[in-house]
Amino acid sequence: MRGLLPLLAFLVAACGDQAVTPVFHDEGRPALLSDWGMMSTRDGLLRLADGVEPFDLNSPLFTDYAGKLRTVWMPEGVAARYREGEALDFPVGTVITKTFYYPVDDAGHVLRGDGDVIVSTRPETLDLDRVQLIETRLLIHRADGWVALPYVWNEDESDARLMRAGHSLALSLADPDGSYRDINYLVPNVNQCAGCHAVNNTTREILPIGPAARHLNRDFEYAEGVENQLAHFIAEGYLDGAPDLPVIPRAAVWNNPDLPLNARARAYLDINCAHCHNPAGPADTSGLHLNIDAPHGPNLGVCKPPIAAGPGSGGHQVDIVPGHPDESIFIYRMASTRADVMMPELGRSLAHDEGVSLIEAWISAMGDGCS
Amino acid sequence: MVKHSFGWVVVLSAAVAACGGGDDGRDLTGADTDFQTTLIEQLIDAQTGDVIEIPAGVYAFDRSLSLTVDGVTIRGAGMDETILSFANQTSGAEGLLVTASNFTIEDIAIEDTRGDALKVNEGENIIIRRVRTEWTNGPDTDNGAYGIYPVQTTNTLIEGAVAIGASDAGIYVGQSRNVIVRDSRAEFNVAGIEIENTIDADVYNNVATNNTGGILVFNMPNLPQPGYGTRVYDNEVFDNNTNNFGHPGTPVASVPAGSGIVINSNDQVEIFNNNIRDHRTANVIISSVHSTGYSGIGTQEDFDPYPETILITGNTFGDGGGNPDNVELQALRVMMFGLTGNIPDVLWDGFENADLHEEGAMPAQFRICLDNGDAQMLNVDGPNGYSNPHIVENASCSHERRTDVVLPF
Repeated sequence: MRGLLPLLAFLVAACGDQAVTPVFHDEGRPALLSDWGMMSTRDGLLRLADGVEPFDLNSPLFTDYAGKLRTVWMPEGVAARYREGEALDFPVGTVITKTFYYPVDDAGHVLRGDGDVIVSTRPETLDLDRVQLIETRLLIHRADGWVALPYVWNEDESDARLMRAGHSLALSLADPDGSYRDINYLVPNVNQCAGCHAVNNTTREILPIGPAARHLNRDFEYAEGVENQLAHFIAEGYLDGAPDLPVIPRAAVWNNPDLPLNARARAYLDINCAHCHNPAGPADTSGLHLNIDAPHGPNLGVCKPPIAAGPGSGGHQVDIVPGHPDESIFIYRMASTRADVMMPELGRSLAHDEGVSLIEAWISAMGDGCS
Repeated sequence: MVKHSFGWVVVLSAAVAACGGGDDGRDLTGADTDFQTTLIEQLIDAQTGDVIEIPAGVYAFDRSLSLTVDGVTIRGAGMDETILSFANQTSGAEGLLVTASNFTIEDIAIEDTRGDALKVNEGENIIIRRVRTEWTNGPDTDNGAYGIYPVQTTNTLIEGAVAIGASDAGIYVGQSRNVIVRDSRAEFNVAGIEIENTIDADVYNNVATNNTGGILVFNMPNLPQPGYGTRVYDNEVFDNNTNNFGHPGTPVASVPAGSGIVINSNDQVEIFNNNIRDHRTANVIISSVHSTGYSGIGTQEDFDPYPETILITGNTFGDGGGNPDNVELQALRVMMFGLTGNIPDVLWDGFENADLHEEGAMPAQFRICLDNGDAQMLNVDGPNGYSNPHIVENASCSHERRTDVVLPF
C-alpha cells in the first residue's frame, strides 16, 4: 500500500484484492495474465490488486464500442516523471493494463461498453455477471524498453492466456435502437501492437499512448471517492514533478457537447489517429499530421490531395473539403469497414458512428470549399 | 498557385466507371490455412540473422502479416511455387508490412491482398528479389493499391520482380533514397513502375507493358522530401494502353491511358536508351502537378511543381500519340496533325517556373532537353489554357550526366 494517509490506506485496502500481488517480470513471457497479479476474478467480480490504479482518458481510442478498464502499477519506491506531449515518463517496472469488455444482456448479445450501461456496483471492479471479458493487453516497461503482450480471457473468465499471434472473436452487438451488428473482434498479434505503439517509426520504440497528462487530467470515481486522476497519482506516490493542476493541459472530452467543437474534434483525432499520423510516425509517409499540436493547413488534411490512398480516396480529391464532409476523404475512410479503406487500419471492425458525426460537424463548420 | 482546368481528371472518371471485374482469380481449394499462425509466430519470434524459409505451396491468410525485426530474410521456393494468398483477407491494410532494416525477401508471391501487397515502411538496405505481387483477377478498381511498396527507405534493390494488377502502382518506390529497380516486369497496373519523391534512383532493364502508364517519375506536395535524380534507361516500355482503373482522387488517376514514361514535377531526370512504343496518348509525357487538377490551397507553399533539368536521349521511339485518352488532346491532335496524325513522342504541358528565366528564357541547366534523333516535343501551352500549342524548337541540349546509383550490398 502506497498511500501516505492512514485513512486512505484503510479504504483502499478494503477494496483492493489482497489475494493477488502484482509481480514485475523483467524478462520472459508469462503464459497467464494471473502470473502478473494485477487483477483477479473471484466471487463474481474482477478486482484490482492493491496498488493497481485504474484510470480513464478524456477521449479514448475507439475499439468496436468495447468498454475499457485501464490500470497502472509501479514497484515500490519509483514514480513516473511528469511531462507534457507524450505519455508520462513511467519508470522501469511499470505495468500498464487495458482490459477490453462488453456488457452483456440476457440473450447473450453484447452491448456498447463505452456508454452508460452499469458494469459494476462497486468502483474499481467489474461485475462478471454484467460483462463479457475479452482481452487484457499489457505494456511492461523493462530495462531495455516497453514490451506489449496480449492476453485473451478464458470462457469461464477465470484467467486470460497469452495469445501472441492474435485472435479473432465473433460477437453480436446490440445497438441502442434494438438492432444487432456482427463484430469480428480482433485481438492484435504482438507485432501489430507496435503498429500503434511505435509512435516514432524511426526509433520504433514501443511506448504507452493514452496515459499522457492531457488525457489523464480528469476525475475518476475511486473506491474512496471522486478525485482528479493526476492528483490521485501524486497522492499515491505514482507521479513526481507535476505542476499545479490548473496549469496542466486537459484534452477535450470528445462527446461533451458543452465543449468547443474544434477542441473535441482535435482531441478525437489526436487519440484515434496521431499515434501513426504524426510527423515522425508510420503514417508520416502520407504527409497528414493529426497530432494535437499540428497547425491548421494542408498537413492537417485541409484541401490536401492524398499521396498513396488508393481505394481510400473513395473518389474524392482531398482529405478535407471545408464545409463538405461528404466530399472529404476523412469521412469516407472513418465510415468504412473495408480493410483497405478504413482508418484507423487496425483495431476496429465497426465504424464509430458518433466519432464520424463529430468529424462531420467539425468539417461542416470549417468554411466553404477549397478554391 | 493558379488553378487550371486541363481536364485529364475529368475524362478519367468515365473510364474508371466502365472498368472493374476481371477473371475469377486463384482458386484456393486445398490451400493451407493452418500455416497462418505458424508464420505469424515465426515473424514475431524472428531474430536478426534469421532466414524464414517457406516451402512451395499455396498458403491462405485472413489477416495481414507484419515484421518488425531488423536483419531478417524471408525466402520462398520461387515466385510461382511459394504463394501467399490473401484472397480471404478480412483485416489489415497490407499483405506483409515490414518496419525493419536489412530486410530481404525473395522467391515468393503475394497475391490478392485487400490493400497493398508488400509494404516496407522506413528502413535501410532493403532487397526485394524475384518477388511477384499480383491480383489474379486482372485489372480491377477494387484491387489493392500497390504491389511492391518501399517507402522512406535508404538503399533499396528491387530486381527480377513481377507486379501485376495493382489499382495504383505495381512497383512504387516513395520518399526513398538510393534505389535500383531492374530486371523486373510490371503489367496491367495503373502505373507500372513509379518513383515518387525519391532521391537517386536507377530504373533499368525492366519491362513495363499493358499498364495505363508504363514508368512514372513523380513528385507530390506536402511531403518532407522532394525527389530528384532518377535515371530511366534500357527499359522496354510498350503498349501501356490499359484504361485507367485507378481510384479518382489518387495521383495516378490523372494519367491518361497510353502513357509510356511520365515525369511529373520531378527534377534531374534522365530517360535514355529505352525502347518506347505503341502508346495511344504519348510515348513520353512531362507535366506539372498543375495538370493533375489539384487545388492550390492544399499544397505547401515551398513545393516546386515544375519539372526541370530533364534529359531525353538515345531512346528508340515507336508508334505513339495516335489516339490520346483525353478529349482536349484528341482535338489538339486532329487540329495540329490531321485526322491520321500523331502527337509527337514527347508531350509537355508547358508549365515552367518563370522566376528562373534569364532574358526571357529558361537557363540551360534547368531545361527540358530532347536530344533524340528526329523525335519532337509538343508544348500544349497549359499555362495559357492550351491556346497556343506548338512544337518546341531547338529542344536539343544536354545536361551533366548523373552517375550510377551504388548500393552498399
